[in-house]
Amino acid sequence: MVTVTDAATAGKIAAAVPDPELPMLTLADLGILRGVRAEGDVVVVTITPTYSGCPALREIAGDLRYRLRQAGFAHVEVRSQLAPAWTSDWITPSGRRKLAAAGIAPPGAAGQRASGPVPLTLTAALRRVGCPRCGSQRTTQTAAFSGTACKALYRCDECREPFECIKDI
Amino acid sequence: MSNADEFTVYGGLSEVTDDHRWAFGTGFTDPLEGIDSSVPAGVDGAALARYSLMLGDDALVYSQRLQQWMTRAPELEEETAIANIALDLLGQARLLLSRAGQADGTGREEDSYAFFRDEAEFLNVRLVETVDADFAELVGRLLLFASWRLALFDRLSGSKDPVLAAIAAKAVKELTYHRDYAAQWVIRLGDGTDVSQRKMQAALCVVWPFIDELFTPHPAEASLPGVAVNVGTLRAEVDDVLHTVCATAGLDRPQRTGLTRVAGRSGRDGVHTEAFGYLLAEMQSVARAHPDATW
Repeated sequence: MVTVTDAATAGKIAAAVPDPELPMLTLADLGILRGVRAEGDVVVVTITPTYSGCPALREIAGDLRYRLRQAGFAHVEVRSQLAPAWTSDWITPSGRRKLAAAGIAPPGAAGQRASGPVPLTLTAALRRVGCPRCGSQRTTQTAAFSGTACKALYRCDECREPFECIKDI
Repeated sequence: MSNADEFTVYGGLSEVTDDHRWAFGTGFTDPLEGIDSSVPAGVDGAALARYSLMLGDDALVYSQRLQQWMTRAPELEEETAIANIALDLLGQARLLLSRAGQADGTGREEDSYAFFRDEAEFLNVRLVETVDADFAELVGRLLLFASWRLALFDRLSGSKDPVLAAIAAKAVKELTYHRDYAAQWVIRLGDGTDVSQRKMQAALCVVWPFIDELFTPHPAEASLPGVAVNVGTLRAEVDDVLHTVCATAGLDRPQRTGLTRVAGRSGRDGVHTEAFGYLLAEMQSVARAHPDATW
C-alpha cells in the first residue's frame, strides 16, 4: 500500500525529473505533469504530451519509472492524458527563467483562440522576442522551426547571435 | 557479455542492463497508454476503427512522403521545417492507428497497421501519395493538405468520441503552423521572380486535381453521426483560405476537374495511384524482412 506521505514523496520525485530535450527544465517547469497519486500498490503518474510526435515522451516515461523505482516504489504506471491539449502557457515562471538563462527565449502568450475558423498568418511572426543574451528587442525570426518541434530560430540584430525561442502554441 | 565484446561499439547497445536510458530496440510504448479506450455508447466500433484509419493513413503516408525530402531541401531551415511537419504528422498517425486498434476490439497495434497492410487496405486520400517534382509542388500540396486537415480537425475536436476529439484538438495547433508555413512559401514563390511564379503556378496545376476527393463525403462518415465530420461541409471554408493565398501570391486557381475515380471508388476505398506501391514498399520492407523485431 502506498501511503499519502509516500504519494507526496513520489510527486516530488516526478516533478523533479528533467526533460530530455530541455534538460534545464523539470517536468513541473514544463507543465506536462498532470498528477501523481497512489492506486493501491501502484504509483500512477499522468503526463500530457507537448506535441503529437514528441519523441521525448517515451524517454520521459522511462525516466519516471526508473527514478521512482530507485526511490523504492515497486509499481509505477505512467499514463498520458491528451485533453486538454498542452499549451506553452503552462511553462511556469521558474521554467521561463531557466530557459532564458540557458539562452533560449521563453514563449509569448498563446492564449485562447476566438471562435470561428483558425486565422491564417501570412507574415512571419510579429511578436517581439527579446534576445536572451544581450536583452535587445531588435531580433528577427529566421525560421519558424528548429532542431526540435517546440522551438523556432531567431537572430539578434544587435549582438548578431542566433538563438532559439520556444513556440507559443 | 565477454571481455572482447565490451570494447566493440555495439556492445552497449545489445547488453541488457538496468540502464533506463533509451538506446536501441526497447520497443515503442503505446501512444494511448492509460487513456480510457472504451467506445462511446451507440457508436459502431468497426466504423470508428475504419474512420480512425482513414485519418491516420492520410498522416502516415504524407509523413513518409515528406521524409523523402530529407537531405534534399534547398536550405537547412526548410529541412528542419519539413522534418518537423513530418514528425507532427507521424505522431498524429500513431495516435489514430492506435485508436483504430482499440475501437475494432482487436487490440491491433500501430505497427501492425502501418507495416502489415497491403496497398488496397490503406484508406488515405490520393493527394498525399504522389511524388513532389520540386519544392513548389511540396509547398503547394502542403497548402492543400494542411488547409483541409485543419478545417476537418477543428470540427473533429467537437467529436462525440473523446479520444478522436482530444487527438484533433492537439493536432489543430500543429496544422495551424503547417498551413502558415506552406501559405507563406506559396506567396513568396508566386510573388517572386518570373521563374518562381511560373513554377509555382505549374505546381498548383499538378496538385489541384486532387482537391475534389478531399471534399467527397464517404459513407463511413455518415455511419458515425456526431463522431465523424462530413467533409462536404468544409469546402467553403477551405476555398476561402486557398483564394486568399492565391490572390495574395498573384496566382490563378486552376480550373481542373477532379482526379478520376475507379468504378466510383477512390483513395478512401483503397484505390490508389501507381506511385503509392513504391512508397509502401520502401516504408514496409524493413519491418517485413524482420517481422519479429521490436523497434
